[in-house]
Amino acid sequence: MAEMTLRPPQLLVSRRAIGYWTVRAAIGWLVLLAGETVLWLNNQQDPAIVYEVVLGITLVAAVLHLVVMPQWRYRVHRWERTGEAVYTQSGWFNVERRIAPISRIQTVDSRMGFFERIFGLANVTVTTASAAGPLKIHGLDRELARELVDDLIRTTQATPGDAT
Amino acid sequence: VTTATPATPATTEVDWRRLSVRMLLVHPVVESLRALPVIFGLLIVGSRSGGGGWWSLIGVGVAVALGLLRWATTRYRVTREHIEIQRGLVNRRVVTVPRDRVRSVDITAHVLHRVLGLVKVAVGTGESDRQRHESLVLDGMATGDAARLREELLHQRRPTFASPVLDGMSVPIGAAVGGPATAGPTTAGPPGPAVDAGAGGYTAPVSGPRYSETRLAKLSPAWILYGPFTLSGLVTVGVVLAFAWRTINEAHVNPERVGIVRSVTDELTAIPIGLAVVEVIIAAMIVIAVLSTLGYVLAFWNFSLTRNEAGTLHIGRGLLTTRATTIEERRLRGVELSEPLLLRAVGAARCIAITTGLRVGRGAERGGSLILPPAPRSEALRVGEDVLGQAAPLTTQLVGHPRPALRRRLTRSLFGAAVLIGLAGLLSWGVSEPVWVIGVAIVAVPLAILVGIDRYRSLGHAVVGHHVVFRLGSLVRRRSALSADGVIGFTLRQSFFQRRSGLVTLTATTAAGRQRYELLDVRAGTAVAIANQALPGILNPFLVQAQVQASGPSRSPASVVENG
Repeated sequence: MAEMTLRPPQLLVSRRAIGYWTVRAAIGWLVLLAGETVLWLNNQQDPAIVYEVVLGITLVAAVLHLVVMPQWRYRVHRWERTGEAVYTQSGWFNVERRIAPISRIQTVDSRMGFFERIFGLANVTVTTASAAGPLKIHGLDRELARELVDDLIRTTQATPGDAT
Repeated sequence: VTTATPATPATTEVDWRRLSVRMLLVHPVVESLRALPVIFGLLIVGSRSGGGGWWSLIGVGVAVALGLLRWATTRYRVTREHIEIQRGLVNRRVVTVPRDRVRSVDITAHVLHRVLGLVKVAVGTGESDRQRHESLVLDGMATGDAARLREELLHQRRPTFASPVLDGMSVPIGAAVGGPATAGPTTAGPPGPAVDAGAGGYTAPVSGPRYSETRLAKLSPAWILYGPFTLSGLVTVGVVLAFAWRTINEAHVNPERVGIVRSVTDELTAIPIGLAVVEVIIAAMIVIAVLSTLGYVLAFWNFSLTRNEAGTLHIGRGLLTTRATTIEERRLRGVELSEPLLLRAVGAARCIAITTGLRVGRGAERGGSLILPPAPRSEALRVGEDVLGQAAPLTTQLVGHPRPALRRRLTRSLFGAAVLIGLAGLLSWGVSEPVWVIGVAIVAVPLAILVGIDRYRSLGHAVVGHHVVFRLGSLVRRRSALSADGVIGFTLRQSFFQRRSGLVTLTATTAAGRQRYELLDVRAGTAVAIANQALPGILNPFLVQAQVQASGPSRSPASVVENG
């Protein structure tokens, strides 16, 4: 018998998610850079070169991360639903695929953070009865997310049982 | 057989019940015990401790008052469909759980409870965390009430509702209000023995049908010899040290002035440091062994596992604090055989039920699902087989994991050793010679290699009939047989490095037990095959032949549909 493998889910998330991921990561880096700058300016005794090197390394890492991560992530983040299951793929450096049968879904909800709202995005969280089981789809177009939530809620209400 | 109450207009009201009044005695005592270091400090040292101690005491008073308030405002009732618990004085809230969601009932009683004839009842449901997991706990119920509640929740719902009397009543509740009050007698068949049909609500039958119990396991005194190998004494040592430390702090006692401590430290400083270290280690080992044995006896004395005909497993144990857990067998999703390293070395194992409503290792429910304390491995296998109904999932030879998994285990454990060595290096920076770092390295590296190899050897999996079997771990090796019914979904995780060696970590998520059961480092094809067997059909639309599919997740542009 030929060995079977899982193919990735078919649907990509919104292209605007790239901007969203970039902005969110940039804020983290800015906080770190700001902290380092404050330390550098308040420095009394240590040689300044130490701070300059650390700051330089941080800056290079930040730029690399901001250029590479969102693009990479955009290629990885995917999702798909069939009549029986929801299938997601997320991550970038490490990749995670999750599959949950629709019959085991307990709740479906959609959230919009501040930055997601700016980019017109929303994430959809599908929870099951397992504390380890939520599926999250990030960076969906807001309209699409709403449709997906409505659709999933309709389907799950029609299928009883959640394996508890 | 009790008589039905006179027919009254049908309502859905069922009386609220309260916790036992004797609970009023428990709270103050427990809170005072908890505050013993503070009280000790205040009484012995008096005003010297300044205002802090008094504040702590006020805190104790507040805790007692809250406890009393909790008692006074807690009510519960069991209606025909639900169990309801009402709490709160200002923010009165009612937790309502459908009775068919009740999976387990866990009754514990510590010494004070037992003196007063009280227990704490925790009702386990299949709800996931987010939905107020702790809220179905009733602390301070009279022992008899608790037993009655357990019977109602786990043993009497099916027979009661199947009785012809209630079948005749099976109209929507809304319609029942003001409906005929003569429901019971109008139906054909013998009236049910103990059903308060006239009230339309549900009253607990005092004497329901009796079910027989079969004993599956019982503590054998010889097992106590495994006590030292459980290392449970480590926790006790920690608690005692913390208590001592608090007392010293609150009472401002200088430990140097306590006779015993002083003579011991004098003794140790007098001898060479190597000898002192050895002495301390030996003393610690003895103390931990004794305490662990004591812990074993305290926790597992009178242990017994029985099966009730009505479809439940019942676990009772404990010397001072007793615990009685009842699990609905229909909700049992498997069994875990757990072998901590030391117990494995002496051929012992524990057995844990994988069930919804009792999570493993969490707060109040900790240990509730233990169906066999450390006992001979053969005994654990026997009990596991009895509970599962088959031996194969626990005894079948497992399939080992591919070779690259060994490299990954070794990398991990050596990385851990490197961190330790690095820490030792930092600590001894400029203080002493690097001899310490070398010493740590000499010990840590071989140990890390051994642990890595053992972890690899532990890895294994199998699909046996309806069960997926997972095994992993070295310090605690766990073999879990999880029923496919309980599998809620799968997660396939690949780190960057795993992708390069074609491995994946497969996690089955479930509402039972640990909530997640992992298979570390299996080949991608194997993971898919296992998932496909556990959730047949679900994966089909996502499957492709291995040769067609390139390994990277981003390489099937033809199938990509852009949106948004």
